[in-house]
Amino acid sequence: MSQLQSHGNFPGPPLIEIRDLHKSFGDNHVLNGFDLDLYDKENLVIVGKSGSGKSVLLKCIVRLEDIDSGTLKVLGKNIPDLNNTEMDLVRSEVGFLFQGSALYDSMTVRENLQFPMRRHKERMRGQNEEQLIRSTLKSVGLEHTIDMLPEELSGGMKRRIALARTLILQPKIILYDEPTSGLDPITSKEIIELILRVQTQYNTASLIITHDMDCARVISNRMIILIDGVNYCEGTYQELDAMEEPRVKAFFK
Amino acid sequence: MRVTEQIDAMEVSGTNPFKYLVVTRIMATTLMLPVLVIMADVIGLVGAFLVENMKGDVSLALYFNRVINNLEFVDMVPSFIKSFFFGFSIGLIGCYKGYYSEKGTAGVGAAANVAVVIASMLVFVIDLIAVLISDIFYEL
Repeated sequence: MSQLQSHGNFPGPPLIEIRDLHKSFGDNHVLNGFDLDLYDKENLVIVGKSGSGKSVLLKCIVRLEDIDSGTLKVLGKNIPDLNNTEMDLVRSEVGFLFQGSALYDSMTVRENLQFPMRRHKERMRGQNEEQLIRSTLKSVGLEHTIDMLPEELSGGMKRRIALARTLILQPKIILYDEPTSGLDPITSKEIIELILRVQTQYNTASLIITHDMDCARVISNRMIILIDGVNYCEGTYQELDAMEEPRVKAFFK
Repeated sequence: MRVTEQIDAMEVSGTNPFKYLVVTRIMATTLMLPVLVIMADVIGLVGAFLVENMKGDVSLALYFNRVINNLEFVDMVPSFIKSFFFGFSIGLIGCYKGYYSEKGTAGVGAAANVAVVIASMLVFVIDLIAVLISDIFYEL
Protein backbone atom coordinates (compact mmCIF):
# COMPACT_ATOMS: atom_id res chain seq x y z
CA MET A 1 0.00 0.00 0.00
CA SER A 2 0.97 3.61 -0.41
CA GLN A 3 2.70 5.64 2.22
CA LEU A 4 0.83 8.87 2.32
CA GLN A 5 2.56 11.22 4.66
CA SER A 6 6.08 12.38 5.15
CA HIS A 7 7.29 13.34 8.61
CA GLY A 8 8.51 16.81 7.76
CA ASN A 9 7.13 18.19 11.03
CA PHE A 10 9.64 16.17 13.03
CA PRO A 11 13.13 16.86 11.77
CA GLY A 12 16.24 15.04 12.90
CA PRO A 13 17.16 11.38 12.93
CA PRO A 14 14.54 8.87 14.04
CA LEU A 15 14.62 7.77 17.69
CA ILE A 16 13.38 4.35 16.67
CA GLU A 17 14.30 2.93 13.29
CA ILE A 18 12.94 -0.43 12.18
CA ARG A 19 13.59 -2.02 8.81
CA ASP A 20 12.34 -5.33 7.46
CA LEU A 21 11.56 -6.72 10.91
CA HIS A 22 10.59 -10.37 11.06
CA LYS A 23 9.29 -12.17 14.12
CA SER A 24 7.53 -15.49 14.30
CA PHE A 25 6.41 -17.93 16.95
CA GLY A 26 6.78 -21.38 15.42
CA ASP A 27 4.75 -21.36 12.21
CA ASN A 28 2.94 -18.18 13.18
CA HIS A 29 4.67 -15.36 11.29
CA VAL A 30 3.64 -12.30 13.28
CA LEU A 31 5.81 -9.60 11.72
CA ASN A 32 6.80 -10.04 8.07
CA GLY A 33 9.09 -7.18 7.13
CA PHE A 34 7.73 -4.34 9.24
CA ASP A 35 9.23 -0.85 8.85
CA LEU A 36 8.91 2.10 11.21
CA ASP A 37 10.52 5.44 12.02
CA LEU A 38 9.61 7.31 15.20
CA TYR A 39 10.83 10.90 15.42
CA ASP A 40 11.47 13.12 18.40
CA LYS A 41 8.28 14.55 19.97
CA GLU A 42 6.13 12.60 17.53
CA ASN A 43 2.99 10.64 18.43
CA LEU A 44 2.89 7.62 16.18
CA VAL A 45 -0.15 5.36 16.51
CA ILE A 46 -0.19 1.78 15.27
CA VAL A 47 -3.56 0.13 14.78
CA GLY A 48 -4.24 -3.42 13.83
CA LYS A 49 -6.50 -6.34 14.63
CA SER A 50 -6.01 -8.45 17.75
CA GLY A 51 -3.15 -10.87 17.24
CA SER A 52 -1.67 -8.81 14.43
CA GLY A 53 1.62 -8.41 16.29
CA LYS A 54 1.29 -4.90 17.71
CA SER A 55 2.25 -5.82 21.28
CA VAL A 56 4.99 -8.12 20.00
CA LEU A 57 6.45 -5.16 18.13
CA LEU A 58 6.63 -3.11 21.36
CA LYS A 59 8.20 -6.04 23.19
CA CYS A 60 10.81 -6.38 20.44
CA ILE A 61 11.72 -2.69 20.84
CA VAL A 62 12.65 -3.17 24.52
CA ARG A 63 13.96 -6.68 23.84
CA LEU A 64 11.39 -8.50 25.88
CA GLU A 65 11.20 -10.55 22.68
CA ASP A 66 14.14 -11.21 20.36
CA ILE A 67 13.67 -10.46 16.69
CA ASP A 68 14.26 -13.12 14.02
CA SER A 69 15.78 -10.79 11.43
CA GLY A 70 15.84 -7.17 10.29
CA THR A 71 17.19 -3.92 11.70
CA LEU A 72 15.97 -2.51 14.99
CA LYS A 73 17.66 0.64 16.25
CA VAL A 74 16.60 2.60 19.32
CA LEU A 75 18.34 5.93 19.97
CA GLY A 76 20.90 4.91 17.36
CA LYS A 77 21.77 1.62 19.10
CA ASN A 78 21.29 -1.66 17.30
CA ILE A 79 19.16 -3.53 19.86
CA PRO A 80 20.07 -7.16 18.99
CA ASP A 81 23.80 -6.35 19.38
CA LEU A 82 23.61 -4.83 22.87
CA ASN A 83 24.75 -6.65 25.99
CA ASN A 84 22.50 -6.59 29.07
CA THR A 85 24.17 -3.53 30.64
CA GLU A 86 23.90 -1.53 27.42
CA MET A 87 20.30 -2.68 27.02
CA ASP A 88 19.44 -1.49 30.52
CA LEU A 89 20.77 1.96 29.61
CA VAL A 90 18.55 2.04 26.53
CA ARG A 91 15.59 0.85 28.59
CA SER A 92 16.10 3.72 31.01
CA GLU A 93 15.40 6.06 28.07
CA VAL A 94 12.36 4.11 26.91
CA GLY A 95 9.26 4.01 29.10
CA PHE A 96 6.71 1.24 28.66
CA LEU A 97 3.09 1.55 29.73
CA PHE A 98 1.71 -1.96 29.91
CA GLN A 99 -1.83 -2.81 28.92
CA GLY A 100 -2.73 -4.06 32.39
CA SER A 101 -0.66 -1.34 34.13
CA ALA A 102 1.67 -4.01 35.61
CA LEU A 103 2.00 -2.30 38.99
CA TYR A 104 3.87 -4.38 41.58
CA ASP A 105 0.96 -5.46 43.73
CA SER A 106 2.95 -6.03 46.91
CA MET A 107 4.35 -2.48 46.85
CA THR A 108 2.73 0.86 47.63
CA VAL A 109 2.50 3.55 44.97
CA ARG A 110 5.61 5.21 46.44
CA GLU A 111 7.58 1.94 46.27
CA ASN A 112 6.34 1.32 42.71
CA LEU A 113 7.83 4.66 41.68
CA GLN A 114 11.00 4.14 43.72
CA PHE A 115 11.67 0.79 42.06
CA PRO A 116 12.95 2.04 38.67
CA MET A 117 14.78 4.95 40.36
CA ARG A 118 16.80 2.59 42.52
CA ARG A 119 17.72 0.49 39.49
CA HIS A 120 19.16 3.58 37.80
CA LYS A 121 20.92 5.32 40.70
CA GLU A 122 23.56 6.89 38.46
CA ARG A 123 20.96 8.49 36.27
CA MET A 124 18.95 9.76 39.27
CA ARG A 125 21.95 11.10 41.19
CA GLY A 126 21.39 14.54 42.69
CA GLN A 127 17.60 14.24 42.51
CA ASN A 128 15.55 14.34 45.69
CA GLU A 129 13.73 11.01 45.54
CA GLU A 130 10.68 11.96 47.58
CA GLN A 131 10.27 15.29 45.81
CA LEU A 132 10.51 13.66 42.39
CA ILE A 133 7.97 10.99 43.31
CA ARG A 134 5.53 13.61 44.59
CA SER A 135 5.96 15.91 41.57
CA THR A 136 5.51 12.99 39.15
CA LEU A 137 2.39 11.85 40.99
CA LYS A 138 1.15 15.42 40.90
CA SER A 139 1.63 15.51 37.12
CA VAL A 140 -0.78 12.56 36.80
CA GLY A 141 -3.13 14.08 39.40
CA LEU A 142 -2.74 11.35 42.04
CA GLU A 143 -0.45 12.73 44.73
CA HIS A 144 -2.85 11.59 47.45
CA THR A 145 -2.42 7.90 46.53
CA ILE A 146 1.27 7.81 47.48
CA ASP A 147 0.84 5.36 50.37
CA MET A 148 -1.90 3.27 48.79
CA LEU A 149 -1.56 -0.25 47.43
CA PRO A 150 -2.50 -0.97 43.79
CA GLU A 151 -5.49 -3.07 44.91
CA GLU A 152 -7.00 0.08 46.44
CA LEU A 153 -6.92 1.92 43.09
CA SER A 154 -9.42 1.92 40.23
CA GLY A 155 -8.42 0.81 36.70
CA GLY A 156 -7.96 4.40 35.53
CA MET A 157 -5.90 5.30 38.60
CA LYS A 158 -3.67 2.25 38.09
CA ARG A 159 -3.06 3.33 34.50
CA ARG A 160 -2.11 6.83 35.71
CA ILE A 161 0.25 5.46 38.36
CA ALA A 162 1.81 3.17 35.76
CA LEU A 163 2.34 6.24 33.57
CA ALA A 164 3.91 8.06 36.53
CA ARG A 165 6.25 5.10 37.08
CA THR A 166 7.19 5.33 33.41
CA LEU A 167 7.77 9.08 33.63
CA ILE A 168 9.90 8.99 36.76
CA LEU A 169 13.05 8.24 34.74
CA GLN A 170 12.13 11.03 32.29
CA PRO A 171 12.41 8.85 29.18
CA LYS A 172 12.86 10.15 25.65
CA ILE A 173 10.37 7.64 24.25
CA ILE A 174 7.22 6.15 25.78
CA LEU A 175 5.65 2.99 24.39
CA TYR A 176 1.94 2.67 25.15
CA ASP A 177 0.36 -0.76 24.84
CA GLU A 178 -3.39 -0.19 24.54
CA PRO A 179 -3.48 2.72 27.01
CA THR A 180 -7.29 2.94 27.05
CA SER A 181 -8.24 -0.73 26.89
CA GLY A 182 -10.63 -1.91 29.58
CA LEU A 183 -11.51 1.64 30.63
CA ASP A 184 -14.88 3.37 30.40
CA PRO A 185 -15.21 6.18 27.80
CA ILE A 186 -14.84 8.98 30.37
CA THR A 187 -11.71 7.51 31.95
CA SER A 188 -10.34 6.76 28.46
CA LYS A 189 -10.77 10.41 27.56
CA GLU A 190 -8.98 11.43 30.75
CA ILE A 191 -6.09 9.07 29.95
CA ILE A 192 -5.86 10.44 26.39
CA GLU A 193 -5.75 14.01 27.73
CA LEU A 194 -3.14 12.96 30.26
CA ILE A 195 -0.95 11.38 27.58
CA LEU A 196 -1.07 14.60 25.56
CA ARG A 197 -0.36 16.73 28.62
CA VAL A 198 2.52 14.52 29.70
CA GLN A 199 4.01 14.60 26.21
CA THR A 200 4.04 18.39 26.24
CA GLN A 201 5.46 18.53 29.77
CA TYR A 202 8.16 15.88 29.31
CA ASN A 203 8.88 16.36 25.55
CA THR A 204 8.70 12.66 24.78
CA ALA A 205 8.10 10.78 21.56
CA SER A 206 5.27 8.28 21.84
CA LEU A 207 4.56 5.01 20.09
CA ILE A 208 0.98 4.09 20.84
CA ILE A 209 -0.72 0.82 20.07
CA THR A 210 -4.47 0.90 20.20
CA HIS A 211 -7.78 -0.39 18.89
CA ASP A 212 -9.47 2.79 20.08
CA MET A 213 -9.92 4.98 16.99
CA ASP A 214 -11.04 7.94 19.12
CA CYS A 215 -7.73 7.70 20.95
CA ALA A 216 -5.89 7.44 17.60
CA ARG A 217 -7.74 10.46 16.19
CA VAL A 218 -6.94 12.70 19.15
CA ILE A 219 -3.37 11.59 19.85
CA SER A 220 -1.77 10.71 16.53
CA ASN A 221 0.47 12.87 14.39
CA ARG A 222 0.85 9.88 12.11
CA MET A 223 -0.68 6.41 11.96
CA ILE A 224 0.41 3.03 10.70
CA ILE A 225 -2.09 0.29 9.94
CA LEU A 226 -0.55 -3.08 10.66
CA ILE A 227 -2.00 -5.89 8.55
CA ASP A 228 -0.41 -9.24 7.74
CA GLY A 229 2.70 -8.28 9.70
CA VAL A 230 3.61 -5.30 7.53
CA ASN A 231 2.81 -1.59 7.63
CA TYR A 232 -0.10 -1.88 5.22
CA CYS A 233 -0.48 1.86 4.98
CA GLU A 234 0.67 4.99 6.72
CA GLY A 235 -0.54 8.58 6.99
CA THR A 236 -2.45 11.01 9.17
CA TYR A 237 -5.77 9.98 10.67
CA GLN A 238 -7.61 12.15 8.14
CA GLU A 239 -5.67 10.74 5.19
CA LEU A 240 -6.33 7.15 6.19
CA ASP A 241 -9.97 7.88 7.00
CA ALA A 242 -10.46 9.22 3.47
CA MET A 243 -9.09 6.05 1.83
CA GLU A 244 -11.45 3.73 -0.01
CA GLU A 245 -9.34 0.59 0.53
CA PRO A 246 -11.76 -1.85 2.27
CA ARG A 247 -9.22 -3.25 4.75
CA VAL A 248 -8.31 0.25 5.85
CA LYS A 249 -11.90 1.47 5.80
CA ALA A 250 -12.85 -1.35 8.20
CA PHE A 251 -10.87 0.34 11.00
CA PHE A 252 -12.73 3.63 10.61
CA LYS A 253 -16.30 2.30 10.50
CA MET B 1 3.41 -11.77 38.30
CA ARG B 2 4.08 -13.25 34.87
CA VAL B 3 0.38 -13.05 34.01
CA THR B 4 0.01 -9.42 35.11
CA GLU B 5 3.18 -8.42 33.20
CA GLN B 6 4.95 -7.43 36.43
CA ILE B 7 7.97 -9.53 35.43
CA ASP B 8 8.11 -7.75 32.05
CA ALA B 9 7.81 -4.40 33.84
CA MET B 10 10.72 -5.36 36.07
CA GLU B 11 12.86 -6.30 33.10
CA VAL B 12 11.99 -3.05 31.31
CA SER B 13 13.03 -1.06 34.38
CA GLY B 14 16.48 -2.66 34.26
CA THR B 15 16.03 -5.29 36.95
CA ASN B 16 17.01 -8.88 36.40
CA PRO B 17 13.77 -10.60 37.48
CA PHE B 18 15.58 -13.91 37.86
CA LYS B 19 17.90 -12.49 40.53
CA TYR B 20 15.23 -10.33 42.15
CA LEU B 21 12.44 -12.91 42.29
CA VAL B 22 13.85 -16.39 41.79
CA VAL B 23 17.14 -16.31 43.70
CA THR B 24 15.58 -14.64 46.74
CA ARG B 25 12.69 -17.11 46.87
CA ILE B 26 14.90 -20.17 46.50
CA MET B 27 17.19 -18.85 49.23
CA ALA B 28 14.17 -18.22 51.44
CA THR B 29 12.73 -21.73 51.05
CA THR B 30 16.18 -23.33 51.42
CA LEU B 31 16.94 -21.48 54.65
CA MET B 32 13.50 -21.43 56.20
CA LEU B 33 12.39 -25.03 55.66
CA PRO B 34 14.96 -26.30 58.23
CA VAL B 35 13.64 -23.69 60.65
CA LEU B 36 10.15 -25.01 59.97
CA VAL B 37 11.38 -28.55 60.66
CA ILE B 38 12.87 -27.44 64.00
CA MET B 39 9.63 -25.69 64.88
CA ALA B 40 7.64 -28.82 63.97
CA ASP B 41 9.99 -30.97 66.08
CA VAL B 42 9.64 -28.65 69.07
CA ILE B 43 5.86 -28.51 68.72
CA GLY B 44 5.80 -32.32 68.45
CA LEU B 45 7.87 -32.71 71.62
CA VAL B 46 5.84 -30.16 73.58
CA GLY B 47 2.61 -31.73 72.35
CA ALA B 48 3.79 -35.15 73.42
CA PHE B 49 4.73 -33.78 76.85
CA LEU B 50 1.27 -32.22 77.27
CA VAL B 51 -0.42 -35.52 76.44
CA GLU B 52 1.93 -37.42 78.79
CA ASN B 53 1.29 -34.83 81.50
CA MET B 54 -2.47 -35.17 81.12
CA LYS B 55 -2.28 -38.97 81.25
CA GLY B 56 0.09 -39.28 84.16
CA ASP B 57 2.38 -37.37 86.42
CA VAL B 58 5.45 -36.76 84.25
CA SER B 59 7.45 -33.64 85.05
CA LEU B 60 8.85 -31.43 82.32
CA ALA B 61 12.46 -32.14 83.42
CA LEU B 62 11.93 -35.90 83.47
CA TYR B 63 10.20 -35.89 80.11
CA PHE B 64 12.90 -33.92 78.35
CA ASN B 65 15.70 -35.88 80.04
CA ARG B 66 14.21 -39.09 78.71
CA VAL B 67 13.63 -37.61 75.28
CA ILE B 68 17.15 -36.23 74.97
CA ASN B 69 18.67 -39.50 76.23
CA ASN B 70 16.77 -41.52 73.67
CA LEU B 71 17.50 -39.28 70.71
CA GLU B 72 20.04 -40.60 68.25
CA PHE B 73 21.98 -39.28 65.28
CA VAL B 74 19.40 -40.57 62.76
CA ASP B 75 16.53 -38.90 64.59
CA MET B 76 17.81 -35.36 64.26
CA VAL B 77 20.76 -34.61 62.01
CA PRO B 78 19.71 -36.26 58.71
CA SER B 79 16.20 -34.80 58.88
CA PHE B 80 17.64 -31.35 59.53
CA ILE B 81 20.18 -31.59 56.71
CA LYS B 82 17.80 -33.00 54.15
CA SER B 83 15.28 -30.25 54.85
CA PHE B 84 17.72 -27.81 53.16
CA PHE B 85 17.47 -29.92 50.00
CA PHE B 86 13.69 -30.16 50.33
CA GLY B 87 13.49 -26.37 50.60
CA PHE B 88 15.78 -25.86 47.64
CA SER B 89 13.83 -28.23 45.39
CA ILE B 90 10.42 -26.84 46.43
CA GLY B 91 11.62 -23.28 45.77
CA LEU B 92 13.28 -24.21 42.48
CA ILE B 93 10.29 -26.07 41.05
CA GLY B 94 7.79 -23.47 42.29
CA CYS B 95 9.77 -20.59 40.80
CA TYR B 96 10.44 -22.36 37.52
CA LYS B 97 6.82 -23.28 36.96
CA GLY B 98 5.61 -19.86 38.10
CA TYR B 99 8.15 -17.98 35.98
CA TYR B 100 7.18 -19.82 32.81
CA SER B 101 3.47 -20.25 33.48
CA GLU B 102 0.99 -19.68 30.66
CA LYS B 103 -1.06 -16.51 30.84
CA GLY B 104 -4.56 -16.59 32.31
CA THR B 105 -6.02 -18.18 35.41
CA ALA B 106 -5.98 -21.62 33.76
CA GLY B 107 -2.26 -21.28 33.07
CA VAL B 108 -1.49 -20.26 36.66
CA GLY B 109 -3.66 -23.09 38.05
CA ALA B 110 -1.97 -25.65 35.82
CA ALA B 111 1.51 -24.34 36.74
CA ALA B 112 0.70 -24.51 40.49
CA ASN B 113 -0.64 -28.05 40.08
CA VAL B 114 2.39 -29.31 38.17
CA ALA B 115 4.74 -27.56 40.62
CA VAL B 116 3.11 -29.27 43.63
CA VAL B 117 3.21 -32.70 41.95
CA ILE B 118 6.84 -32.42 40.78
CA ALA B 119 8.04 -30.91 44.10
CA SER B 120 6.29 -33.69 46.07
CA MET B 121 7.88 -36.35 43.89
CA LEU B 122 11.28 -34.70 44.26
CA VAL B 123 10.89 -34.59 48.04
CA PHE B 124 10.23 -38.36 48.01
CA VAL B 125 13.28 -38.99 45.83
CA ILE B 126 15.54 -36.74 47.94
CA ASP B 127 14.19 -38.40 51.09
CA LEU B 128 15.01 -41.83 49.69
CA ILE B 129 18.57 -40.76 48.84
CA ALA B 130 18.96 -39.06 52.23
CA VAL B 131 17.85 -42.22 54.07
CA LEU B 132 20.33 -44.35 52.12
CA ILE B 133 23.17 -41.93 52.85
CA SER B 134 22.30 -41.52 56.54
CA ASP B 135 22.11 -45.31 56.91
CA ILE B 136 25.68 -45.54 55.66
CA PHE B 137 26.81 -43.01 58.29
CA TYR B 138 24.76 -44.71 61.00
CA GLU B 139 26.33 -48.09 60.26
CA LEU B 140 29.80 -46.54 60.46
